[in-house]
Amino acid sequence: MPLIEKKNITGAEAIIHCLLAESVDLVYGYPGGAIMPVYDEFYKFSDELRHIMARHEQGAIHAAQGYARSSGKVGVAIATSGPGATNLVTGIADAQIDSTPVVCITGQVPRHLLGTDAFQETDIVGISTPVTKWNYQITEATEIPEIISKAFYIARSGRPGPVLIDITKNAQFDRFDLTYEPCTEIRSYKPVPVVDAQQLKDAAAIINAAKKPMIVWGQGVILGEAEEEFKTLVEKSGIPAAWTVLGLSALPTAHPLNVGMVGMHGNYGPNVLTNECDVFIAIGMRFDDRVTGNLATYAKQAKVVHFDIDPSEINKNVTADVAVLGDAKETLAQILPLIEPKSHIEWLSEFEKKYEIEKNEIIEKAIRPTKEGLTMGEVIEGINKATKDDAIIVTDVGQHQMKACRYAKFTRSKSNITSGGLGTMGFCLPAAIGAKMGAPDREVVAVIGDGGFQMTLQELGLIFQHQVPVKIVVLNNNFLGMVRQWQQLFFEKRYASTEMTNPDFIKIAEGYQLKAQRVNKRKNLQSTIDEMIQSKEPYFLEVVVEQEENVFPMVPSGASVSDIRLK
Amino acid sequence: MGEEQKWYTITIYSENTVGLLNRISGIFLKRHINIESFTASKSEIDNVTKFVIIICSDESQIVKITKQIEKQIDVIRAFYHTDEETIFQESALFKIKSNLLFDERHIQNIIKDSNAQIVTVSRDFFVLAKTGRRPEIDAMYDALKEYGISQFVRSGRIAVTKDSLMISKLLNQLQE
Repeated sequence: MPLIEKKNITGAEAIIHCLLAESVDLVYGYPGGAIMPVYDEFYKFSDELRHIMARHEQGAIHAAQGYARSSGKVGVAIATSGPGATNLVTGIADAQIDSTPVVCITGQVPRHLLGTDAFQETDIVGISTPVTKWNYQITEATEIPEIISKAFYIARSGRPGPVLIDITKNAQFDRFDLTYEPCTEIRSYKPVPVVDAQQLKDAAAIINAAKKPMIVWGQGVILGEAEEEFKTLVEKSGIPAAWTVLGLSALPTAHPLNVGMVGMHGNYGPNVLTNECDVFIAIGMRFDDRVTGNLATYAKQAKVVHFDIDPSEINKNVTADVAVLGDAKETLAQILPLIEPKSHIEWLSEFEKKYEIEKNEIIEKAIRPTKEGLTMGEVIEGINKATKDDAIIVTDVGQHQMKACRYAKFTRSKSNITSGGLGTMGFCLPAAIGAKMGAPDREVVAVIGDGGFQMTLQELGLIFQHQVPVKIVVLNNNFLGMVRQWQQLFFEKRYASTEMTNPDFIKIAEGYQLKAQRVNKRKNLQSTIDEMIQSKEPYFLEVVVEQEENVFPMVPSGASVSDIRLK
Repeated sequence: MGEEQKWYTITIYSENTVGLLNRISGIFLKRHINIESFTASKSEIDNVTKFVIIICSDESQIVKITKQIEKQIDVIRAFYHTDEETIFQESALFKIKSNLLFDERHIQNIIKDSNAQIVTVSRDFFVLAKTGRRPEIDAMYDALKEYGISQFVRSGRIAVTKDSLMISKLLNQLQE
């Protein structure tokens, strides 16, 4: 990156030069009083730096997250002080728990007003501290270049995460001489552990000696851009590999060693066989409780080999027999020569047998139903067909999300974008916008429940204004379906505040002048999905689905993964 | 669960930045852990701050907490130690009305027996300083209490480890 020098410019202009130096060409945001000097510069620099105005700051940050997830670059969100800043917080927390590289810039009241309860003053540095990888308040223009370069370096390096930079208004107005150098090192921060040859040897010895090994991979493979190394490892070792929600799409769905999803609504085989394998190889995953169920009965019989970039994840939830610290791209590449080529045909057939059971009991009924009501699964299957398994699928949170993760098929990495750790309803629509702008050549389909859609549907305004060609599929069952499912199973069908009287979604979409269709009959489903996918413009599709469909299999909260329920 | 709960000293070497204290205390808040004592000061290395935090916990939790602390960008290194592995002290100040020094002769014995220092004496009050382990300070407090203590304050624990921490070497490497 070039070193930039500019004489006698304002802090606000310096911010633009710093963003450009970090190769940012697109930011999402919402203007307001304390950030106006920066917006004035967006106006002047609009040829080089696109600012996309969301309709709510939460939309801006989710869009930045979607952009980061589909492009692998750092997403940027900008907001004003006070409510503008606090509206970012949900997205920041989401980015923190899902390790998404995002830089947020917030305006702040002038330095001399700090602590006076000035108009739109809020302590956003204090508020965002527990949910940021790093944050900082700039009160003088001269701090801008060093802090912005640190912000980008921290957001993208090591285990990525969100960084918030709060900039007082005086620092935006003040003039100084800018010199910009990208940050390459911080003495107190070691983003990537050095790979330890002994750890690799120990891990390889366990893997090579295994009779019934299984791999569970997470987003670390995607964040480390280690898909090729990972695939080679899986193929060479012949080990069945299952994924967490955030690891999905790093290995094609159709790969013969891809045995499905682990966790609460994961596949039957990998969940049950977690408690039968002799070696459990975790790669870039963090043993979330939705993955493990009851830890006291989780993979206790297995030796655990844990690959991760973040030392604090080792032995956090599951004790590792061997930990391999480092970036997945490096550790996997370096362990490959130590791995003996094998195939575990008999062991793999255990997964296949379990899959057959699940297919007969659940999958067929979910994606090729014979009953009258439309199912979420058949809509996902319809999207697979129309996109030839090649779309980016963005989901919200709930039943539709689990159905999409279970039934959507992928051929390319960075194609499953969802709010995993935080479970943020309202994530999908704005994240899909960002995903499309981060990967304009890809087909992006947003699959949303009727509940989550109503949390951020104002971003239809952004889609309309900028004609972002995302395809929006609202699966409408007039319920908060996942909560309703739990009420049915664990609260004796007391449906407290889960049934919804919904508006006419088609009219809402048409209000934003989007092409919109509603499907409530099977015979129209595939043709309408096809029409939507073929459209070059944004498209809104509402599918009225069965009201009380459930997601199975299910590991009830706190149960063992081997007690997974098929009904 | 079921592991032995005991006192641990967490020693943190960090940059001196605004907000880091908040970030570190938040790690305890998130896990609903009460902090027994928390001090921040300069360290033996120029421009490096030292935090000493005391909590009651078990070893598996203290390992996780120390890793979470070390993960913070502005933290250089974090360590944890048991009481046996550290040399530690606390300090206390007692403010007492001056007339008691003459009216209650026994106070002079307490001062002598507890090895306390008289920091200042004025017409109205005098101030005693005591450095030591918690039970010594508590004993002195209990002894003085019946005569009336106008003000009392005790510092958090400060501690150094018996083993060397190799932190200077680490920083030298970074700065080379």
